[in-house]
Amino acid sequence: MLKHRLIPCVLLKNWQLVKSIQFGSFRTIGHPTATVRIYNARNVDELIVLDIDASLNNEPINTEIITDMANECFMPLTIGGGIKTIEDVYTVLGAGADKVCINSEAIKNPAFIKEIATIFGSQCVVCSIDIKKVAGNYRVFNKKDGLLEIDPIELAKEYERQGAGEILLTSVDHEGTTLGYDIELLKLFKDTLHIPIIINGGMGKPQDGVEALQNGADALAAAYIFHFTQYTPQMIKEELKKSNYSVRIL
Amino acid sequence: MSANIIIIDYGMGNLRSVQKAFEKVGFSATITNEHSIIKEASHIVLPGVGAFGDAMQNLNSLGLVELLNTQILEHKKLFLGICLGMQLIAQKGYEFGEHNGLGWIEADVKRFKDGPLKVPHVGWNSVDFNNPSPLFKEIPNHSDFYFVHSYYFDTPPKHVIGYSNYGIEFACAIQKENIFATQFHPEKSQTYGLKIIKNFAQMTKESIC
Repeated sequence: MLKHRLIPCVLLKNWQLVKSIQFGSFRTIGHPTATVRIYNARNVDELIVLDIDASLNNEPINTEIITDMANECFMPLTIGGGIKTIEDVYTVLGAGADKVCINSEAIKNPAFIKEIATIFGSQCVVCSIDIKKVAGNYRVFNKKDGLLEIDPIELAKEYERQGAGEILLTSVDHEGTTLGYDIELLKLFKDTLHIPIIINGGMGKPQDGVEALQNGADALAAAYIFHFTQYTPQMIKEELKKSNYSVRIL
Repeated sequence: MSANIIIIDYGMGNLRSVQKAFEKVGFSATITNEHSIIKEASHIVLPGVGAFGDAMQNLNSLGLVELLNTQILEHKKLFLGICLGMQLIAQKGYEFGEHNGLGWIEADVKRFKDGPLKVPHVGWNSVDFNNPSPLFKEIPNHSDFYFVHSYYFDTPPKHVIGYSNYGIEFACAIQKENIFATQFHPEKSQTYGLKIIKNFAQMTKESIC
């Protein structure tokens, strides 16, 4: 049986892995290769690393550090941040990533998704959408441009049409808060897509994961819980299993 | 004699991740398509991500089909096919038209039917070891491995050592004498995936045939 995945989603900034709270106030998690080694030892199912120096500060994609992480990563590795061209995709995959995560460039040019999917396959493209709730409505949020007048569901459907393999949904309001995932947001997305939804932002305890799967998430992304609470990936998965969700437990 | 492991470079994907998996378990592996180096190998690995037809065309244009036939079928060198590298040992593949494979195993490579399950089949899925094999030494039955594929290996049970289930039950691991193959990616399957890589690297021709 295919398993629900538990995926650390962390940021790369100044050669360190960091965790943000509501997209600000960065806390250092650790050195990239050491952290990847620990994730590997703890048997998380995949790893997503977003390079915010490349996405926010227009620095070149840090292939040196991606290569170092990939060398320690014996699970699927998704890399995002600053990927704007097919050459960038070749660069990141060449450094050892298995998938790329696209955000800003896809908002500007959704056909970029199709271009990647045609060359590398849909399984290679994760589309990331950051979402903020304003006056009762969910809107797409961009780290550079701020709030956009775009409906996140329409954007996700467009990404699916273009050939995205998965959608990573991040709630800006819940991110780094440990208040649980944005269940209301998940309910809006339920049954709208045919590709897996990875929910991100807010997991503070294992039960939050159960609630997200109950409400339509296919996979769970998190960071805070792995580094600043007592819960391990194993404890989270055991809780999911108790609720009859299939997970990979060693 | 220590293992001389060769990873076949034919322009189809994640060769480096396979190489570093061998390094992680204490073996070195050379990525090459040089005939003279391949002839010296004790272990030959055929990884691969991409389309069946392109892959066979690349193998042909590099003169590797004949070389592999000789090395694997006549000299009985240890072989490990991974993902597309498993599919290529079938007789025929039906991805973008009909293509002849290496034909080492009686099998066709067919696409999963669309709906209700999503294609490609991506993620961690359990594998049932239906026949004992040195490839699975010290690995618990029903362990999970990482899959990414839209086509599956349709074959009679004779050489199947592992099945998985995605809407249908399909063969995901094969052994025929010195020929081993997995549909899943051991190099991306952490502890037990690396154990498969190590098991393969530790085999000798004499222990199998």
